[in-house]
Amino acid sequence: MTARSVAQPANAHRRPVDRAALAGRALEAFAAWILAVLWVSPLLYALWAAFHPTAYAVTFDLAAPLTLENFRAAWDAAPFARYFLNTFVLVTMILAAQFVLCTLAAFAFARTRFLGSDLLFALVLVQLMVMPDILMVENYRTMRELGLVDTTLAIGLPYMASAFGIFLLRQAFKQVPRELEEAATVEGCGTWRLLTRVYVPLARPTYLAYGLTSVSYHWNNFLWPLVITNTVETRPLTVGLSIFAAVDQGIDWSIISAATLMSSGPLLIAFLLFQRQFMQSFMRAGIR
Amino acid sequence: MPRLRPATRTTLVAWLLLSPALVLLALFTHYPAIATVWRSFHSTPRGARPAVFVGLENYEAMVADPIFWTSLANTGIYAAATVPLSMALALAMALLVNAAIPGRGLARLAFFTPTVLPMIAVANLWLFFFTPGYGLIDRATSALFGWGPTNWIGDPQTALGAMIAIAIWKEAGFFMIFYLAALQAIPPTLYDAARVEGASRWTTFRRVTLPLLGPTSLFILVNAVINGFRLVDHIIVMTRGGPDNATQLLLTYIYEVGFRFWDTATASALTVVLLVMLGLLALIQFAALERRTHYR
Amino acid sequence: MTNPRTLTPNRRQTLAGLAAAGAALAAPAVHAQGATEITFNYPIAVGGPITKIIDGYCEDFAKANPGFRVKPVYTGSYQDTLTKTLTAMKGGDAPSLACLLSVDMFTLITEDAIVAWDDLPGSDKGWLDSFYPAFLENSRTGGKTWGVPFQRSTVVLYWNKDLFREVGLNPDVAPASWDEQVAFAQKLTKREGEQTTRWGLQIPSSGFPYWLFQGFTTQNDVRLMNPEGNQVVFGDPRVAEALKYWVDLSVVHKVHPPGIVEWGTTPRDFFERKTAMMWTTTGNLTNVRRNASFPFGVAMLPAGKRRGSPTGGGNLYVFKQANPAQREAAARFARFLTTPERAAQWCIDTGYVAVSPAAFETPALKAYAAEFPPALVARDQLPHAVAELSTYDNQRVTKALNDGLQAALTGRKQPAAAMGDSQAEAERLLRPFKRG
Repeated sequence: MTARSVAQPANAHRRPVDRAALAGRALEAFAAWILAVLWVSPLLYALWAAFHPTAYAVTFDLAAPLTLENFRAAWDAAPFARYFLNTFVLVTMILAAQFVLCTLAAFAFARTRFLGSDLLFALVLVQLMVMPDILMVENYRTMRELGLVDTTLAIGLPYMASAFGIFLLRQAFKQVPRELEEAATVEGCGTWRLLTRVYVPLARPTYLAYGLTSVSYHWNNFLWPLVITNTVETRPLTVGLSIFAAVDQGIDWSIISAATLMSSGPLLIAFLLFQRQFMQSFMRAGIR
Repeated sequence: MPRLRPATRTTLVAWLLLSPALVLLALFTHYPAIATVWRSFHSTPRGARPAVFVGLENYEAMVADPIFWTSLANTGIYAAATVPLSMALALAMALLVNAAIPGRGLARLAFFTPTVLPMIAVANLWLFFFTPGYGLIDRATSALFGWGPTNWIGDPQTALGAMIAIAIWKEAGFFMIFYLAALQAIPPTLYDAARVEGASRWTTFRRVTLPLLGPTSLFILVNAVINGFRLVDHIIVMTRGGPDNATQLLLTYIYEVGFRFWDTATASALTVVLLVMLGLLALIQFAALERRTHYR
Repeated sequence: MTNPRTLTPNRRQTLAGLAAAGAALAAPAVHAQGATEITFNYPIAVGGPITKIIDGYCEDFAKANPGFRVKPVYTGSYQDTLTKTLTAMKGGDAPSLACLLSVDMFTLITEDAIVAWDDLPGSDKGWLDSFYPAFLENSRTGGKTWGVPFQRSTVVLYWNKDLFREVGLNPDVAPASWDEQVAFAQKLTKREGEQTTRWGLQIPSSGFPYWLFQGFTTQNDVRLMNPEGNQVVFGDPRVAEALKYWVDLSVVHKVHPPGIVEWGTTPRDFFERKTAMMWTTTGNLTNVRRNASFPFGVAMLPAGKRRGSPTGGGNLYVFKQANPAQREAAARFARFLTTPERAAQWCIDTGYVAVSPAAFETPALKAYAAEFPPALVARDQLPHAVAELSTYDNQRVTKALNDGLQAALTGRKQPAAAMGDSQAEAERLLRPFKRG
């Protein structure tokens, strides 16, 4: 990554005494930092509020005593470990199902013309914009009839066949050169091996990009899980966090901050640690 | 299998591959969409009174409802503001942290933080930012410009803008990741070539960088438009559509009518409006996406 | 989605977990007889320990009533609880007992969801009459009692004694009338140049402004709805007058922040001395006591033509889908919860108003009130209190009023015009519910 990023437009004028360019770069760095501070400020505030007593939640006094009391209180207020597990299971389940279902469907659309393919593709595309959130009321009825209310499966099921995923993978598969497929067929690859050995590996960046949107979507999703779940065994983090949201006694920012940090800390740390690898595998081919 | 004609076999295999996805789509998209349309022509069943066919009555009531028009207009403003602004900011951020600036990794992390902070929790922190007087935004504007306290989310003039700002905050950092990946994938030789030709940085950006970001932009656009209509969690937490419906969006109104008023008929009519809007957008986007594959 | 007046900071317990715990707790003898088990949907409205209190009640109840068991299900805010309960009911799976807002009575009747307490086995008139009449106002309609008061609150005024002293007011005396309220607030408001650094008074208007507004209307001697719940009088000049008083606090007197005041941040504004007085629920008493770094007072709301405040909070409802044995269990449990001793302890533990006069006569509550007199303010205000706004199609009629109030408070409409619009919308909504 570093090797590549030096070769940037910013370095285009690398004459030693190009003052304008230097000033420009300083300005850019400054702009980047201003934006970064703006973007991270809610997190910074959460760090302040979570580690200080409630009395200092809105008073920024460097002499304020530090405390872990807010974390204890938040931890006691809701079973966060369980919620975290639920969210993890949910996101993993949805992602796995999406990869499998969308791969199969995309493969069919990308590589074959068959009876009814246009009609079916149109039917799939309907869902490109119509996210299941919008059809909550009807989907709730369906889940009730299927006896799935208050299950993790019910949270994930409406999202598993994703038109967006099918569409992206279809585009990716379409760009696989025909010659590769022919060569593989000559070597005696069946359809299944063709898919798993040729198409899927070549579409890796697409999987990564789609996977990131999917994880982010379901990590944050709130309305549908709220409606469809009733118990601690199924509720994801977002629903667990909402108990701090609407408040009789007024908002206690310290405890909300502690809860927020507890629930998003692991992901933040993961991003910090794996940022490099993540970006590298991403950049290998970009998203096509 | 060998007995079947190849065309038949292809069709069979294709249908087999498609069936799991299609079953789920039919169950959770097509059927509910049709059922919603059906219900929108019926009254809401209440207690002992069953639903009866009422024709267009729900739609007539909806058109006569000023809150519907407010929420429709707000939805338009919300989407029209969040989509381009979050995309433009995402690109700017990606360009900034793609350059060799000090503390680049930390800046990237900073941009990415909104993605992992669930909106439902962070909306309450934003409430603090927007609090009049001692809220962070008022402290900043007071220190920088000497402004007095502003009731950001309690004033219909600024409430929707505040909600849009939060949505952009949430989105831009996430989209930045994709732009950054795309920028890193651009071969350095292209920039070298541009430099040899003496192209200015702006020309290089416009002629080299921007065209190569096209596919990524489309990918982001689809996501941005989807979120432009569905990212309402913070509104539900912070304003519940208020003050006086200033931040009421179609989706928040559907939720309110469906799950607070228990008026499934009206909620269905509202949903049909949203479905039609999104269906049209899907068509437009599909056309754009298809064109892209053709010229490749 | 979440009723903001109420929160649920505790969902530690789980449906399945509780089912298991319940099974484990049940004495073998009880099992042999085939105990009647009822589900109790309960919105948690105060901090975490409340779950433990409710769990404890359920255990004590099972011990004292062999053959009956109550399984509490913690269902979030009042709004979440209503959503969950009605959705479950429509799927044929209603709880036997639920604690829902008193104002949901007409909604529940419309949905044909609940049965009246009068006809239940084990319920009697003496018990139903033992509650404060103010709480029964929106628990009864058409000669029947549909809800049993349990977790009830009202609006009171909190003031900062330090600030009163600072501006030369007697720190122990709260404003008693509308005029005094303005006069005190004027003294307490602090300006630096163009900017106001401290407001005299703050009355929240986000989310559910109608509830606080009912303080003003009652003080201006007008009731917003009829007991049948099918007529409202938002268009009454006295209502517009009450709203004008509220609007003028910021527009004319400039002692109250302009625009919408956020409910959730108002207590914090009070702690931060950004406002010297605030109106909020009695349910905030424990919070203020814990977090205010200055001496504070609690008083009845100031009087206009008379004193007045709405009641609020939750009642217990029995669902139609419960079988006779479950209905009996529900009635027994409700009586168990509302005994004076338990109601008194509940009041001490949570800050809610004890629901019967007898509870205030218990030694425990008397001792507590002697130590912490503000605990009695809510009770003393009850004779002046009226039922919280509750009509058929309640949520919508309420929204019509809320929108009008917010339009006036944000200066988009004049008070009288705003209330006229709210009245027209409410009339339209209530037309189907008017007989004859």
